Amino acid sequence: MATIPIESIKRAPFRPDVADAPTVDIRELLFQLEEDGELIVQRVPEPYVEVMTKYGRTKKIPEQMTWHHKSCGQCGHIPGYSTSIFWLNRKLGMEYIDPKDQTSCTGWNYYASATSNAVAQAAVAARNFAAAHETGYFPIIHCGTSYGHYKEVREELVHHADLRAKVRDIMGKLGKQLVWPEEVVHYSEWVHAMRDRIAAGQTRDFSNIVASVHPACHYYKLVQEDAIYDPDLYGGQRTATVTGLIKAVGATVGDYSTFFDCCGFGFRHILVQRDFSRSFATMRKIEVMKEEANPDVVITHDTGCVTTLDQSQFAVRAHQRNVGVPVMSDAQFAALAMGAHPYRVCQLHWHSTDHRNLLEKMGIDWEQAWIEFESDLKRLERNEIEHLSWEDADA
Amino acid sequence: MSAVAAPVITFSRTPGATLAPHTYPDVSFEEKLRLWEEVKADVRFPDYLYGCYECGICVASCPSARFYDFSPRKIAQAAAREDVELIYEQMNDDVWNCSQCFSCNRCPRQNSPGGIITVLREVAVRNGLRTSQKALEGYGRVVYKIMTTGTQVSPDMLQPDAFPDWGPDVQAISDNLDLWRRALPPETLHTTTTGWEVAESTLIELYLIWYYSDVMGMIEEVDEGLHMIIVDVMEETLEDAGYEI
Repeated sequence: MATIPIESIKRAPFRPDVADAPTVDIRELLFQLEEDGELIVQRVPEPYVEVMTKYGRTKKIPEQMTWHHKSCGQCGHIPGYSTSIFWLNRKLGMEYIDPKDQTSCTGWNYYASATSNAVAQAAVAARNFAAAHETGYFPIIHCGTSYGHYKEVREELVHHADLRAKVRDIMGKLGKQLVWPEEVVHYSEWVHAMRDRIAAGQTRDFSNIVASVHPACHYYKLVQEDAIYDPDLYGGQRTATVTGLIKAVGATVGDYSTFFDCCGFGFRHILVQRDFSRSFATMRKIEVMKEEANPDVVITHDTGCVTTLDQSQFAVRAHQRNVGVPVMSDAQFAALAMGAHPYRVCQLHWHSTDHRNLLEKMGIDWEQAWIEFESDLKRLERNEIEHLSWEDADA
Repeated sequence: MSAVAAPVITFSRTPGATLAPHTYPDVSFEEKLRLWEEVKADVRFPDYLYGCYECGICVASCPSARFYDFSPRKIAQAAAREDVELIYEQMNDDVWNCSQCFSCNRCPRQNSPGGIITVLREVAVRNGLRTSQKALEGYGRVVYKIMTTGTQVSPDMLQPDAFPDWGPDVQAISDNLDLWRRALPPETLHTTTTGWEVAESTLIELYLIWYYSDVMGMIEEVDEGLHMIIVDVMEETLEDAGYEI
């Protein structure tokens, strides 16, 4: 298989000069619109962490007072993903809201079926952001597609007065103001910003774990400039998010040549044309990782990527393909590093690919952990408890 | 020598010059032109197309190009040349192969072939093209779910007959769904028919957005039956809340 020479990106670290940025700083345009009375910009609450983005600009990542914009696929099919994000916040003592006044960004459906339009998509985004603003908490986005889509909508709203007027009109009919956050923040950026604190609270040794990274397309390709880059990671040539966390907790990054390839999710394909998703995920990603890095685990930071890379591996085993690597999010990986329960918190039983060898390498007795989780299920069955509580999760 | 004369190919910015003169002959040029004008009228279209070097970077990064007869470069090229016939062909035969990953956004001319495709798809759906109806066959339940519940996928969609290729764990999830959802610490996740618990007042606002932005009209064009079902659900909720549709 032809490969990209990884050595070529390991030259002198690239430090972008913001003066050479090919784009205008969209936040300045947002503030100008606010000054003109067109919208309200919700400020990032203090304290925040400053990180560098692709063109050398600084982005503020709020530490807490966050309004968690949940993800359809995470909550629906891989709920240990969302649970781990909340668990990390609690473990680090951060105040947050898990709102019911939140809808999906509806981006998955939009990119799959096109049964929507620019006005509707912008109005859905604005409604969610208005709901966050009403609580005083700052939105943090769990889904990579929601994050990318909201940045795309931000571009459209800022540059098209017509669209703004239509969305403002709809917001007015809903009794809401047109609000946009100062920064569109992905949860994995928060994990990245918190990585040293996560490492400081680490209870498990990951020094013998090799992890390969799959970066989510809608995180760093859909609208490119907001993604986090760091000259000390990949020489500043690839997004630093996810990789920074893996290195912080002492694991080894297993590099491979198709890093830039998509996972094969395809939006409509994963639901109604999975032969494509399965082929791409296994032949262009998992098999290449296996051949070139032989990782213990694949770490990514988006709903669709976890789903596609994990669930695609079962069927291709029938064709003797070289697969069999567990897949999870950076949040689950970080939570495991900090001592989270693999089933009560990370909910790994919702994943497909066998994770037991990985847990053993992490020093986790998975058999005992499953027995503990089954005892929880029995308590639930007997209605001794209505739901598993956060306290139960850490018992 | 071939018995079939080669099509005359001309390059021009005049709508009508084409590399695809023989596809969809039953559809008039005027109708194809009307749809193309609708694409160009989209507020986003000028931001998605600046020209094309024909460098192929978009194709090299495109996952769909590896598994289908599909090229984001051809999409950008046809749009740049305003090849109305070819664009119509692409609107029918190509756009649903796109993965919408936007890997093609690495274009050195700042084009977004994926963005052009988003608009082409939207126009295809809004005008009820038969090929878009076919592409969305089997997808209706997802549209229903997102529009009526505000979450795209739900735990109860994990059924073995829907995901036979995801292995035996899907059966285990399906068998234990209620119990396993109760075993989730976040209180918004104790749901089986939605991804999380969405407040009714929030749903009402979402329904109003679908109506105010004419998404309902698009659904009617692409799937009348689905439209009727969605309207039933929404109208009942909206009427109970005091809204008249």
